[in-house]
Amino acid sequence: MKSFGFAAGVAATFMLLSSTSAFAVTQISWWHAMTGANAEVVDKISKDFNASQSDYELVPVFKGTYPETLNAGIAAYRAGQAPDIIQVFDVGTGVMMAAEGAIKPAADVLTGAGMTFDKSQYLPGIVGYYSKPDGTMLSFPYNSSSPILYYNKDIFKKAGLDVDSPPKTWNEVWEDAKKIKASGAAACGYTSTWLTWIHLENFAAWNDVSWATQQNGLAGGDVELKINAPIFVNHFQALADLAKDGTFKYGGRTSEAKQIFLAGECGIMTESSGGLGDIVKSGMNYGIGQLPYDSDAKGAPQNTTPGGASLWVFADKSDEEYKGVAAFFAYLSKTDVQEYLHQKSGYLPVTLAAYEATKKSGFYDKNVGRETPILQMTGKAPTDNSKGVRLPNLPQVRDIQNEEFEKMLAGQQTAQQALDNAVTRGNAAIKEALGN
Amino acid sequence: MTPRVVFPNKVLPYLLVAPQLAITLVFFYWPAGQAFYQSMLRQDPFGLRTKFVWFANFRKVLADPAYLNSIKVTVVFSLATAIVAMCVALLLAVMAEKVVRGKGLYRTLLIWPYAVAPAIAGMLWLFLFNPSIGSLAYMLRSFGIAWDPLLNGTHAMILLVSAAAWKQISYNFLFFVAGLQAVPKALIEAAAMDGAGETKRFWTIVFPLLAPTTFFLLVVNTVYALFDTFGIVHAVTGGGPGKTTETLVYKVYNDGFVNLILGDSAAQSVILMVIVISLTAIQFRYVERKVHYG
Repeated sequence: MKSFGFAAGVAATFMLLSSTSAFAVTQISWWHAMTGANAEVVDKISKDFNASQSDYELVPVFKGTYPETLNAGIAAYRAGQAPDIIQVFDVGTGVMMAAEGAIKPAADVLTGAGMTFDKSQYLPGIVGYYSKPDGTMLSFPYNSSSPILYYNKDIFKKAGLDVDSPPKTWNEVWEDAKKIKASGAAACGYTSTWLTWIHLENFAAWNDVSWATQQNGLAGGDVELKINAPIFVNHFQALADLAKDGTFKYGGRTSEAKQIFLAGECGIMTESSGGLGDIVKSGMNYGIGQLPYDSDAKGAPQNTTPGGASLWVFADKSDEEYKGVAAFFAYLSKTDVQEYLHQKSGYLPVTLAAYEATKKSGFYDKNVGRETPILQMTGKAPTDNSKGVRLPNLPQVRDIQNEEFEKMLAGQQTAQQALDNAVTRGNAAIKEALGN
Repeated sequence: MTPRVVFPNKVLPYLLVAPQLAITLVFFYWPAGQAFYQSMLRQDPFGLRTKFVWFANFRKVLADPAYLNSIKVTVVFSLATAIVAMCVALLLAVMAEKVVRGKGLYRTLLIWPYAVAPAIAGMLWLFLFNPSIGSLAYMLRSFGIAWDPLLNGTHAMILLVSAAAWKQISYNFLFFVAGLQAVPKALIEAAAMDGAGETKRFWTIVFPLLAPTTFFLLVVNTVYALFDTFGIVHAVTGGGPGKTTETLVYKVYNDGFVNLILGDSAAQSVILMVIVISLTAIQFRYVERKVHYG
């Protein structure tokens, strides 16, 4: 009798549990690094998703800057407390890809929940970057950006330059910058944020030259940097020469140069399309142009590579949670959600339908230049040189490159020496990282 | 004879110290042990693949020119910070002693900056000396100095030392003021009557009598510059330009949390731990015992 009672109790409890779990809301945690207007977008999307269905509750948590968020995710995974979804910036993509057992590919999450995943609906340049060499999409693109050229129309006018034709090639940038400086229209002609991202990684893709072996690291294996090829050396020697008399002004390793441009100190700047919001807010009479290309490069302009961040799903979660994540990704792919994200945050839309809808709505006619980053990224089918770059330790390699650039711009070494050092030190660091 | 306290109960004393012991074990020995263990591992960031490599990480770190450079940077930075912070504080303390009216107000104002967090102090100085928007940078430029801490390593170091020393001046000031008050007035008056001038009185009487304070502050300031200035470096230079301002503590952070090379970072923090232990030992052994008044 006793054992029967026990079994019945277990059965009853089990039934009770299973019936409650059917009604319970599954919580999906999402760690992100968005601030300001972009954080509002995250909150609004989460709220709308939660209101659209009753099975899952998406809980967004702000975790600090991009590197801080990545570190928080890694620490949480090691402690067995990983969130369901984590936003990881482009540079951290290689780190996440190397952690095969720790993550679940986004494509598997979607198909596992019984959804069909049609890759052709997404912008190819973006999805390609977040996929394995065999085509499996590993992470879900959330916010993507591309470097473009901004110029100050007032300074252009003062320097006697045509305000309606921004420089198209780097040589034109150098010439315009010299004119701005010489005419006294501004203290400096040209500045740039993110030298590594814009002048190495995107420079290589846009001019269709190799950044590193193994398809810039996308094909895996041991990668060797190619950034001391003559085209890079000439480009950086030009920058170093212009830096001598202040025609080119260095702002810092990340987006600090934006301040110099906003202060009206420089006439031209290359920066991420995601930086547009601050420039609009400043009330400057600005213009937007394509990222300049090297006139000596044969295939230029090719296409630019995506920056920004994507959403990764951690492994070892319950099926319920994965279903919730899949539902959220499906929701995020909806045209109106993508349109909202694109127009509000300035990041690129991830689906072609959202891009078409935005175009049809006349948004680009009213906001000139907002289409430029999309056209840059989708204009041509990407080659082996222009699908993006990937290393298990890209942050470290970028640090090395920045250190060498700073020495070069301070006049301690030539461009050839700087890039040779960056290659030697970078290759050693990559080998070390792969040896783990 | 020192009185010996004898507890009748054999268990109670252990119970009474248990909380303290537990805290020390959990918050010091455990993490220190983990750092030591981690320093002998080579591991990917997620801990999926781990290899035990004994002391290979230490060998690698100590053979790395970047690490040796970082030691040099740290020595220069710590000494410069300690010396600047102490000299300025001593000067201010001596001057504040001379003020007759409003002494309390001066002192309070001079002690205030100590309440500012290092990162905020760093940001303040960064704004003042920012090449494009800083007001002090503007003044320097109008004097014909090409101020550019973004590319000039010396300028960056000057900026860092100023920010770090500025914050520590208040603390030193407080101790110097207290030290000055302990100098017997009779001695100074006697010297004055013997015809010693103000400078002579300071260097032959006041300064030697301040020696214990000075030694104490030297150790405290060096430890501060070594370990408590991460926030300033992080906010002001981020270790750049090049690697000209990458201190040992900043390198631990950068290698561990930015570059995700956990083994190297752990090995570096173990080396730092050894440095702290020896500095503390020196302080207790020599500074506290050997320096006597007179």
